[in-house]
Parts: sequence; structure tokens; C-alpha cells
Amino acid sequence: MLRYSLKRLLSLIVSLAIASVVIFLVIEVAPGDPASFMLGINAQPDTVAALRAELGLDVSKTQRYLSWVGGMLQGDFGTSYTYRTPVTQMIADRVWVSLPLALYALTLSTLIAFPAGIYAASRRGKPGDITVMGATQLGIAVPNFWFAMLLVLVFAINLRWFSAGGFPGWDEGFFVALKALTLPAIALALPQSAILARVMRSSLLDILSEDFMRTARAKGLSRRQALWRHGLRNALVPVLTIMGLQFSFLLAGGIIIEQVFFLPGLGRLIFQAISARDLIVVESVVMLLVFSVILVNFLVDLAYAAVDPRLRSRT
Amino acid sequence: MTFQGTKLAFASALALCAGLGVAQAQQTDITVALQLEPPHLDPTSAAAGAIDQVLYSNVFEGLTRFMGDGSVVAGLAKSWDISEDNLTYTFHLQDGVTFHDGSAFTADDVKFSLDRARAEDSVNAQKALFEDIASVEVVDPLTVTVTLAQPNGSFLFNLAWGDAVIVAEESIEGIKNAPVGTGAFQFANWVQGDKVELTRNDAYWGDAPALTEVTFKFISDPTAAFAAMMAQDIDAFVSYPAPENLPQFDADPRFQVLRGSSEGETILSTNNALPPLDDVKVRKAIAHAIDRQSIIDGAMFGLGTPIGTHFAPHNPDYVDLTANSAYDPELSKQLLAEAGLPDGFTTTLKLPPPSYARRGGEIVAAQLRAVGIQTEITNLEWAQWLEQVFRGNDFGLTIISHTEPMDIGIYARPDYYFQYDNPTLQELIETLDATTDPAKRSELLQQAQTIISEDYVNGYLFQLAVPTVADARIQGLWENAPTQATDLTGVSWAE
Repeated sequence: MLRYSLKRLLSLIVSLAIASVVIFLVIEVAPGDPASFMLGINAQPDTVAALRAELGLDVSKTQRYLSWVGGMLQGDFGTSYTYRTPVTQMIADRVWVSLPLALYALTLSTLIAFPAGIYAASRRGKPGDITVMGATQLGIAVPNFWFAMLLVLVFAINLRWFSAGGFPGWDEGFFVALKALTLPAIALALPQSAILARVMRSSLLDILSEDFMRTARAKGLSRRQALWRHGLRNALVPVLTIMGLQFSFLLAGGIIIEQVFFLPGLGRLIFQAISARDLIVVESVVMLLVFSVILVNFLVDLAYAAVDPRLRSRT
Repeated sequence: MTFQGTKLAFASALALCAGLGVAQAQQTDITVALQLEPPHLDPTSAAAGAIDQVLYSNVFEGLTRFMGDGSVVAGLAKSWDISEDNLTYTFHLQDGVTFHDGSAFTADDVKFSLDRARAEDSVNAQKALFEDIASVEVVDPLTVTVTLAQPNGSFLFNLAWGDAVIVAEESIEGIKNAPVGTGAFQFANWVQGDKVELTRNDAYWGDAPALTEVTFKFISDPTAAFAAMMAQDIDAFVSYPAPENLPQFDADPRFQVLRGSSEGETILSTNNALPPLDDVKVRKAIAHAIDRQSIIDGAMFGLGTPIGTHFAPHNPDYVDLTANSAYDPELSKQLLAEAGLPDGFTTTLKLPPPSYARRGGEIVAAQLRAVGIQTEITNLEWAQWLEQVFRGNDFGLTIISHTEPMDIGIYARPDYYFQYDNPTLQELIETLDATTDPAKRSELLQQAQTIISEDYVNGYLFQLAVPTVADARIQGLWENAPTQATDLTGVSWAE
């Protein structure tokens, strides 16, 4: 298990190093100068030069890359060109919106998907299965931003149960903040739960036809008992993979949902930073997201090993 | 929420005790939404209009200031004397003004602010406004003298810009995140990505505003803007981004819609140095090929005033020259033939992100195609647009709204991106700059408008409108936007 974990860790570090180079190059190559963007169309060339110097943009790219990576290793992402506040601080503020939102959405989607998937698998081919699968089909087809607008229309504009968007902050109280994240979390969770439910169902069905399940049944366990005791654990491997991918998607991919609900999260930060050519913010947030994806994958790899002992010896 | 409830209950109880018998106290807080968030809160070191939209006249004030009707009146300077030769301005400052941190406002702050804006390493986006200043001298704590190198007829106007507000040396360090000004509201809090909060400045030198608490929220998505307004999460939306929804707000008695005019001349900017666009006949052909009203209807849902030159129609000096470029595709084809291009030609049309450009661009392209001019449309992000079009001059046509007030002077700069080089106009603008007599200025401004209209420098489309959607009970909001500002000093809730 230790050797397996170390190997995964090494691959994590190599991936991060490669990612930092690629991110830096891609974003620096994109046209547009942050200083001229900030100063607009009436600015004189010497003013733009003065601002470039103030922002530290007048040094070479290699130097900028090294100081960026060097800073990150010490947990310092540099200072935003536009906001002029430390990027670390900005990310920390935004993570308190995006991370709870992603976790909330993932919890909701798991709570919906697991029972739905298990139910459908146990009712294979029967009306219950067909209904659940039809619903998931719909859940995948509906774009989440459209669903978000629908939620706003019904629950914010007509029923007035929720506000149409915005985030009051955790200082206002846990439930007030949670309430503000509820509609966005539902909008994010529903399409994810549809996918997850389908994976859960097909993975369970695969397991149900395995030899060991027949053995379990032959030992005298009922269909349901065999499913709960032996089937579920084995069916979890593909489900965990999907959940890992989904979490990364939820963290990074909430951009549109954050726009629709005007939430001050990471997605909105990156969106604003790109249009303002706040390169250092873009680079740092993207790097952080890459890090979280790689980290989640690493954790999922470890989780595989926990649910499937064969993986530990295989490597 | 709870706090607000308590406050309200307390206020009503107080009202009852006073024997007024009203159940609800007058509302004194407001939530105003804007589409863009300011990048930082220093109006003197960035071009972003969002900074002024939050802070202008609310938190920061200049020596002079714009009013809602576009006039320039006294601000922190209560009066001024101008020398015979129009070179020396002596400003008499308001007495008893303090900054929000408690420090006194004096002539030293004026000197600091103006010197900082015109310094060599200044990052003021409108540094040109201060170019003519030769020196700033402090006479006594309430008197300051500004000497110009040459007469400048728009100097008092220039000082009213958000880029010319008075800042204090003591608080300049933190201005980008915690601005300290002299205005009727003081900065309270900024949740980046979400909102800026201001509170009433109880030590304000002028008339106390009716509002006590102000929240600016930033909602960039048009659909979200509609939802937030409809759910009444916000009280007003300035520069409402979805003109297609306006009729719905018109029909709803809960709301009022203000359709104001801005300083934004929306033009089909033309590269005057690029053949065949360097031929005035070709530019005239383009002008006559364009049907302004169908662009206003199609791209702006009917919002916008047609213009025939680079000047705001609400300005008293405006001349209606739209007849110079009336929609006439036949004339347009004839002009192209005269210019030796009977089969038309192909050019580029580079469009920045705003909807007036993207939607308007498609309509312009179709109208040009009808007379034989083919356009290759490229959509650009702002940063790319600045680099390629504005600094690189790599374009044939582009659509852009010039939002700076009174900016006809850009036509006298041959190196400006549309590269119009006309010595007659350059001389005229030079005379204008040196003229202070209002009647003479008016005449010169009208001549300038006529020259650029008859030279068909650019295709003049329309004046950009600023729709404001607000709760029907709010009064005192600016209808027009003579500068990008949301002046809340005169705003209140009706009974």
C-alpha cells in the first residue's frame, strides 16, 4: 500500500510541474496587455509604460515564471494586477463559496443518485427501472444553466422562497448562507446525479451477473441480501471514479452557474480575470484547479485501493 | 436580516412614540446593481467606468463636478477667479471639509492630487486632462492657484472628471481597497466579486443625503439581472444590460424605467489610412449604405438616438447632421463606381464584446453587402481589440462607443487609431482649446462637427442609451449619464 501511494504521489508532483509550465505559456501567449486594458483608450504610451513597471510586467517571461512558481511553493500566488490584493487572499475568499457549493452539490447528487441507481438495478426491466432511467435521460439532456434559470423563475420570482442570487457570506449565519447556495447546488447537482445514477445502475448490473454473486445466492442469500453485502462494494469502483471527476467539474465548472446566481466564487473570479487580462490571477486559479483535480484523482486512486485490495498488490 | 428587522421595528416604535402613527419608517437604504465590478477603487489610476459608477460624487469629489444634466458646477472649490490672460486659475476652497478619516481638506491636498496626476510616473488614465498645467501653488490653506502653460477653455470641465478627484496624501496608500474621500458617503466594505457598501458621512460639508446605507451589487449576466430585479433583490439597476426586457418593466407598476442618454457616440470607426477607405467617396458610400434606425431597432431594441457626427445630441452645441448620411443605397453604389470600385471591395470588420458591436456588426455587414462591400467579421475580446485595432491600427472597420465626454478633440490627433489627418480641423481644435468665451466655443464646436461629418471620417451610428430600471418609489436618480456615475447624493425613497 505504501509503495502504491508513493508511486501515485510521484506522478502527482510530475503532473503539477508540467501543468505549471503549460498554463504559464498558454496564458502568456494570449494577446492583450493588462496595463493597456486597465488604462483604456485615452491613456498615453508613457502612462502605460509606468503602469507596466508598477505591475512588474517589464521583466522577462522566464523571470516572471520563476518568481511565480517560487512564490507558489511558499503559498504566495503574487498580487493581482487589477485588484492589487494578494491572489492568495482572493482565492481564499472565493474558495469559501465554491468549495461548499461543490460539496453541497456533490452531496445532493449522491443522495439522489445512489438510491435511484440501486432501485433501478434491483428492478431491472420493470416499470420502476424504466421510469428512473427516463428521468435520468432528461436530467442529462437539460443544460444546467437553463435549469438554473427555471429554478430562479419558480422559486425566486414567483414563489419568493429564495433570493434570485447573491451570497450573503458565512458571517450571516450557516443556514442563511446555505440557503443562498441551495438553488445553485440543485442546478449543479441534478445533471450530475443523473449521470451518477446511470453509472451506479450499470455497474451494479455488471456485478449481479458475476460468478461470486451466483455463489452468494447459492449460499442461500436473498437477491437483496447478496446485493447489499457483496454487490454494492464491488460496484463502487467505477462510481468513485465518476464522483472524483464530477467533484473537479463542480469546483471548476460552476462558472456559468456562478454567473447566473452572481455568486462570488472561483468561477466568477476566473471569468473576470480573463477579460481583464489579470494574467497572474488566471494562472494561479487555473493552477489551483489543476492541483485540486490531480489531488482528487490521487485520493480516488487511494480509495480504489481501499475498496479493492487487488489494486494494492497489482502495482 | 435580523439586524435590519430590529432596526425597522425600533424605528417604527420611535415613530409611534412621536405620535406620527405611521406603521413603517421611511426606507433609507438602497441596493443598486451595476453590470461590471470595479477592478479597484482608485478613480485616478484606471479607465474602468465601474470605478466612477460606484465612487464619483458619492465618495470622491473634485474641485468642480458634473450634474445630472451635464452642466459643470462648483464642487470642493466654492468659487474661482480666472486671470485676464486665461492662464491663472485661483480656486477658493470650501471651508470645514474633512476627509472620511477625519483629516482636514486643504489646498495641500489639491496640490498633491493635481501634481500626482500629471507626474512623470503618473498612471492616470486621462493624463492628457492635466497636460496644460504648468504649476500648482498653495496660497493659503483655502486658496490654491493653478497656472496653465497655455489657455485651455475646457479646464474647469476637465477638473470635473472622475480622474481629477481630490485625494489625500495620508490615505493614498490604501486607496485601491479602502478609498478615503470627502464625499457624502464613506466607504464601508468591499466583498470582492459581490458588492461594495457605503455608509452616510455624517460630517459631510454639503447637504446631507437622504440615504444612510448604500450597497452596490455586481451582476454581469443579463438573465440574472432580470431575475434579481424581478425578485426585487435589488432596488435599481443602472445601465440595465437586457434592453429586450424593458417593456416588461414598463408594464409592471412596481418599477420605473429611465431611458437616458450617455456620452457614448457609437460609431463605425474607419481606418482612414487604409486604401480604399482613405478615399472620402468610399467612406461617403459606406455612410449612405447604412440605415441607422434599423441598427438601433435590431441591435438595441429601439434604444438610442441617431447621430450624424461625433457629438452628444443632448448637448446644447449639437448640430443634427444626420441628413449628410441619409440611407440611400443607390447613391452609395454610384459613389463606389465613381471611386473606381463598381464591384465593391472587401475589408475587415473587427468587433469588441458589447452587444451594440456584436449585434450591430451583423446588421452593418448585411447593409454593406447590399451595396457590394464585403466584410470579414472577427469578434475580439477587449484586450485583443486594444492591441490589434486601437494600438496596432490593423483593421478596416470596427464598431465602438466613444464614452468619454466632449471628445471631439480626438479628430485632431492624426496618430489616433482611425488616423484622420486634416490640418484645418487640427487648427480649429487648437483654437477651441485656447478659447474660453462660451459663445465662441459653441461656434467652433459646431464647425468641428460639420467638418468631420462632411469628411465622413467614420460612420456615425447612434448615441448609446443608458436604461435604468428602478423601484417606482425611488426618486432623484440620474436619467442621463454625462459621465459614468451613479450619483446617490440626491436620491431618496418616496413616501
